[in-house]
Amino acid sequence: MNRKLLTVLLGATGLCSMISWVAFADPSEGPLFIDGEIEMITRAPSAEGHPLPEVISGWHYRTQSTQALEADSFENPGMLAVEVGESLWNTVEGTEGKSCASCHDDAAESMSAVGASYPKWDAASGKPINVEQRINMCRVDNMGAEAYPFDKGGQKPLTAYIKHQALGKPVSLDLQQGEMQQWWERGKEMYYKRTGQLDLSCATCHENNNGKYIRADHLSQGNVNGFPTYRLKQSALVSLHNRFRGCIRDTRAEFPAAFSDELMALEVYTTWRSQGLSVETPAVRQ
Amino acid sequence: MTPFTRLLSGCAVLCAVTVASADIVAPGDVKIENLSIGSSLSGQPGDAATGRKVFADKKLGNCLACHVNSDMPEQLFHGEIGPALDGVASRWTPEQLRTIVANSKAVFTDNSIMPRFYSLDVGENVRKDLVGKTILSAQQVEDVVAYLATLK
Ligand code: HEC
Ligand code: HEC
Repeated sequence: MNRKLLTVLLGATGLCSMISWVAFADPSEGPLFIDGEIEMITRAPSAEGHPLPEVISGWHYRTQSTQALEADSFENPGMLAVEVGESLWNTVEGTEGKSCASCHDDAAESMSAVGASYPKWDAASGKPINVEQRINMCRVDNMGAEAYPFDKGGQKPLTAYIKHQALGKPVSLDLQQGEMQQWWERGKEMYYKRTGQLDLSCATCHENNNGKYIRADHLSQGNVNGFPTYRLKQSALVSLHNRFRGCIRDTRAEFPAAFSDELMALEVYTTWRSQGLSVETPAVRQ
Repeated sequence: MTPFTRLLSGCAVLCAVTVASADIVAPGDVKIENLSIGSSLSGQPGDAATGRKVFADKKLGNCLACHVNSDMPEQLFHGEIGPALDGVASRWTPEQLRTIVANSKAVFTDNSIMPRFYSLDVGENVRKDLVGKTILSAQQVEDVVAYLATLK
């Protein structure tokens, strides 16, 4: 049941026992089909060594109306950004006179697996890179264009467009590449590190308390399969590193820079935790 | 006011401040025995009505983020991370409630999600402007404890 509706009902019947909220806090039932066609994997058995028995998409923790927005690509406000991304894909920029399409042709084919398989190991820099950074490498090295600053220019819409090509594909991470395993370890440390004046870690909220309400917010497992995500609260597309920074800031801590080693390690680790769930980009969340 | 009386009243203000802060127990000096903190952290009694506001204020206690409290039906959303606080004063003494609020982890476990509201033993990378500061002041802890004591 929708939480707002529930509150109205409780108010209407004068039945203000707070305890009865608890019964509705479980993740909702599925399934999620986009436009009634593409079935999303929103619950999956977790990878070996995963602390949770089952991986559940953040979609299940949202209200019915938010869920419905994501299920219909005409209603999904994030799809406007995907359209902007499509035009950026075909726009020539930089000194080389090239667009993304000049090298990669039809994104539906060339990018069909990308959104489900990043971050990837980059041997040249000796670090994992995400789709945003891959875009910037192409812009600088192959197009002679400037790198997008974090969350600026076309970074969010183009990332959303590229990841959207993998809609429905299960997230899967190759930890055998380069030193990915070490970055996974480092990300895991970050995930359990308690930060800030409130002394909370990712795990205290998303591992130990998912399914419960923290004030008005229904805590999910904090999976990353829907990013960039359309957030109704901000009426905007939100990038993964922006979300990370927001959650860390909420513990009243200083937060690391986007694409810093800390947040890249966290992206590697949280992507591993989200494996098996379909790419939902652009997901819709509160 | 003559320069002399000004000096005198200045001294009176200064002395009052010194006396008040001398009674405040610094976060590092809080003594916990048998899960209890025996006396007021501010040297003053708490005010339940103020405590009720501190409890609900998102920038202060924000206790509703995690606790259901039937005494506050006017507040729309109550979190459910911790136990409902209905009747909490019949489960704990005021001295124990003071410990729970000031240093939750001393009563529960180090793993408790509940923040320590009057302690500098907090997480890493604390936001710069909050370094060395507690979430609540000694008096705010006393006010919240006075309020909790009404939840019988
Ligand atoms: C104080 C509690 C809290 C902490 C600590 C916290 N988060 Fe969150 N997080 C939330 C809330 C509330 C939401 C929005 C509801 C939801 O999806 O869980 C959220 C959402 C997210 C999402 C989006 C999930 C989706 O489906 O769109 C991700 C990813 C995430 N958090 C990751 C993290 C990571 C990584 C950390 C640690 C660096 C962290 N969070 C720490 C409360 C927290
Ligand atoms: C982030 C979550 C969180 C916040 C914020 C929080 N608490 Fe708690 N609280 C808990 C949890 C969880 C417990 C149960 C003990 C445990 O598991 O650590 C608890 C236990 C308690 C108890 C003992 C309840 C009982 O029935 O035994 C009291 C009293 C209490 N909290 C008061 C407060 C007050 C007052 C505030 C605000 C100043 C507050 N809490 C803020 C999570 C929280």
